[in-house]
Amino acid sequence: MANFSKSSVPQFSVDVYQNEYLPEGGREVNAIVTVTATGGGTIGSAVAAPHLYAPGQGPDAAVAIMVDCSGSMDYPPTKMRNARDATAAAIDTLRDGVHFAVIDGTHVAREVYPGGGRLAVADATTRGQAKQALRKLSAGGGTAIGTWLRLADRLLSSADVAIRHGILLTDGRNEHESPEDLKASLDACAGRFTCDARGVGTDWEVKEVTGIASALLGTADIVADPAALAADFTQMMETAMGKEVADVALRLWTPVGTTVKFVKQVAPTVEELTDRRTEAGPRAGDYPTGSWGDESRDYHVCVEVPVANIGQEMLAARVSLVVPQPDGTTQNLGAQGLVRAVWTDDMVASTSINPQVAHYTGQAELAQVIQQGLDLRKSGDMDGATAKLGRAVQLASASGNADTAKLLAKVVDVVDAATGTVRLKAKVEEADEMTLETRSTKTVRVKK
Amino acid sequence: MSQMPQQTALSRCPSCEEPLESGDRFCGACGYDLSVVPARPDDHPTVALNGSLPPDGAAGPAWQAGSGPGTGPAGPGPLPAEFGGAAPGGHEPPAPGPQPPLTGSPLSPATGVRFDRPPQPDEYPLQAPDPRVAAELTTPPEGTTVCVACRAGRVDHDGYCENCGHAQPRERDHMEQECGAIAAVSDRGLRHHRNEDSFALGNAVLPDGSPAALAVVCDGVSSATRPDDASLAASRAAGEALLAALPQGTHPQQAMHDAIVAASHAVNALAAEPATAREHAPHQNAPACTLVAAVVTSGLLVVGWVGDSRAYWVPVDRSGPPARLTEDDSWAAQMVAAGLMNEAEAYADERAHAITGWLGADAYELEPHTASFKPDRPGVVVVCTDGLWNYAEAAEEMAQVVPLDAAARPLHSARVLVGHALDGGGHDNVTVALLPFPAPPQGAGSA
Repeated sequence: MANFSKSSVPQFSVDVYQNEYLPEGGREVNAIVTVTATGGGTIGSAVAAPHLYAPGQGPDAAVAIMVDCSGSMDYPPTKMRNARDATAAAIDTLRDGVHFAVIDGTHVAREVYPGGGRLAVADATTRGQAKQALRKLSAGGGTAIGTWLRLADRLLSSADVAIRHGILLTDGRNEHESPEDLKASLDACAGRFTCDARGVGTDWEVKEVTGIASALLGTADIVADPAALAADFTQMMETAMGKEVADVALRLWTPVGTTVKFVKQVAPTVEELTDRRTEAGPRAGDYPTGSWGDESRDYHVCVEVPVANIGQEMLAARVSLVVPQPDGTTQNLGAQGLVRAVWTDDMVASTSINPQVAHYTGQAELAQVIQQGLDLRKSGDMDGATAKLGRAVQLASASGNADTAKLLAKVVDVVDAATGTVRLKAKVEEADEMTLETRSTKTVRVKK
Repeated sequence: MSQMPQQTALSRCPSCEEPLESGDRFCGACGYDLSVVPARPDDHPTVALNGSLPPDGAAGPAWQAGSGPGTGPAGPGPLPAEFGGAAPGGHEPPAPGPQPPLTGSPLSPATGVRFDRPPQPDEYPLQAPDPRVAAELTTPPEGTTVCVACRAGRVDHDGYCENCGHAQPRERDHMEQECGAIAAVSDRGLRHHRNEDSFALGNAVLPDGSPAALAVVCDGVSSATRPDDASLAASRAAGEALLAALPQGTHPQQAMHDAIVAASHAVNALAAEPATAREHAPHQNAPACTLVAAVVTSGLLVVGWVGDSRAYWVPVDRSGPPARLTEDDSWAAQMVAAGLMNEAEAYADERAHAITGWLGADAYELEPHTASFKPDRPGVVVVCTDGLWNYAEAAEEMAQVVPLDAAARPLHSARVLVGHALDGGGHDNVTVALLPFPAPPQGAGSA
């Protein structure tokens, strides 16, 4: 086994931003926890899975590309062609030595390349063969995404690798299996591989695609114009190739008598994690965060502590990062952050809100009101939708979330952003509405 | 800590039975070379075995020893004399503290003769292991520290309980020090989560051979960043400056002025240092604190201050009038001085305690106040932070709560005064130092 120098290991750091001061009788403690992985280069899995690490290249990875080949992909026919080109572009982005497979998804899942329940190992030959095999892809059949995911899981688990990732492309609704079937498949795959999901065109269901990405800790997005698929696939694959450590969990320790009100990722997107806790020993729980490259994410942790007297200080939560090991134990990545509670009679101290907490509380509300506003609009409650989307415009403008503000402006006419005065547009492009809904959870970080 | 030389196992000189200090390499009385003495065959507990020393060594929190009834949370300075006897071996010296240069009498003329020994060392059996220490070694598993709040959880290396999360007492929560005839006590109080006060004590000998004693008390400004660091730096710097200047014949009032300037530089220097990881305050104020100090000699009493910490004069014979010796740098004091309000009105205002002078990089202009007095009768100087004088503002009130024997028992009296503040509500950190006037001759006070 090679001897790894410490410097090549990605360093995780945890920073906590909070106002620790509580008034007399105060119980709720809010903190923004920033987790940053840096300095790993491409050699991250040396920490998490050194036995899988081969010197001179990135961690061993396996990628499955799932391409929707249902009948609707032929309308317009360019869609199928663009999907084929995008998949080829993604294959070109594969690093040498990465295991991969291409899956043709309809109401059943079928292996396109390499077949035989195996994964191919990327090199010039296999990349060429795979692209050759893509020509066989043709549209026809239904859509049962759960079957695609299960096949991907089977194939990905056949390789002994550190990073397992899927890329899923669909253009329609998941019509040929029940929502429960999809849910069951997602539950079965959760934690086994991560998956980015993309909807092409406008005939797909936003909540289905975002639900898949959310369950499998990947990203979701819309590719309204099929011609843009290749660029998007290339970028997705580059991100996947940059991943260094898989299955990182945020471990939250809280003292006796403390309840965790919520834990959510708030940057780069809003992702609710509260219900995804798995217990990890006394008073500790793990929240999945998926795989990490060189990146930084923010989490909002809210806990309720038992009341203590003025002048008391306690540790309300301890945040650390762990990676499960093959032998069932977990490895602590070393970094930790302390969330404190200090009771004071100084009103100025206890009533001030930490700017990071305030910012992300606003960003979470922004995602929520967009969702609510679009739902109300669909159900015909125009007044309700106007109010919600008006609030969204106000929040997006106040927090400097320019991308979301732009998307909102395609759905509503903004009269005054500061007060949130808007009028619903009479005619909204379906693609614009779906884009807004899909990207509603994207947040911006605090202006430092 | 594991490299502690083995001779610390000895509590008495094997040649002459003279009690030893830990770390002594030669007997102070007969000069016996202790390094050649083999470790004692019987396994009496040694310092290294005492659970009070954490395995990771550095800066061992003194409060870990706190479960023994007599030891109490120890301060950064030496343990008071009557507490010293409870440490294992009877003569365990104080935990290494941040103020070593100020402890004891660095210029004591009585070299080779020890006066600072606990008055009744034979009260404790020196050879036998202390049963309380032995009990402490056996009850908690692996000699771990148990939480003071829930008594169930172990304390992690961050100083929080692993069960209930409560912060454990820190060494600055309660500090006591007795230094010759002077003493000081500092306490976190009941409403603040940490002690942001600090103090320094010292004894010096003037060029004419007469004794001098000094005390410095500092109160960190809570609204600033790292107030606890500021008060510690200021009290240390001022104490060291005075200890250096007085023996050289500098006039005490000039020495006081220079000491305040030195303290101010020390606090200013903190502003340049990065804040500790714990503090993510978006708006960082430069560390700041107040300062009050007193020097007593055989005939002179000098006070110096910046901010609203105070010094009081309380005569031994209570028929004489007590007096406040300092004038606050505070909003209320300025209002009264300007004749805009009477004292009662000014101190009732919520701005009363806003200070107009402090030590720190963001102070407008450093204006060290000094004053010199020649009292005509013996008395005691009370040097304190507003955590005490809030509960005894007028000089007469202060005189009422100062025990009658304050000059003779300064440590006890300082504790009484801190107790008075805690009984009143303990809304702020409380620190008080007591200096008898005139300064008693060296050694006499502690004998």
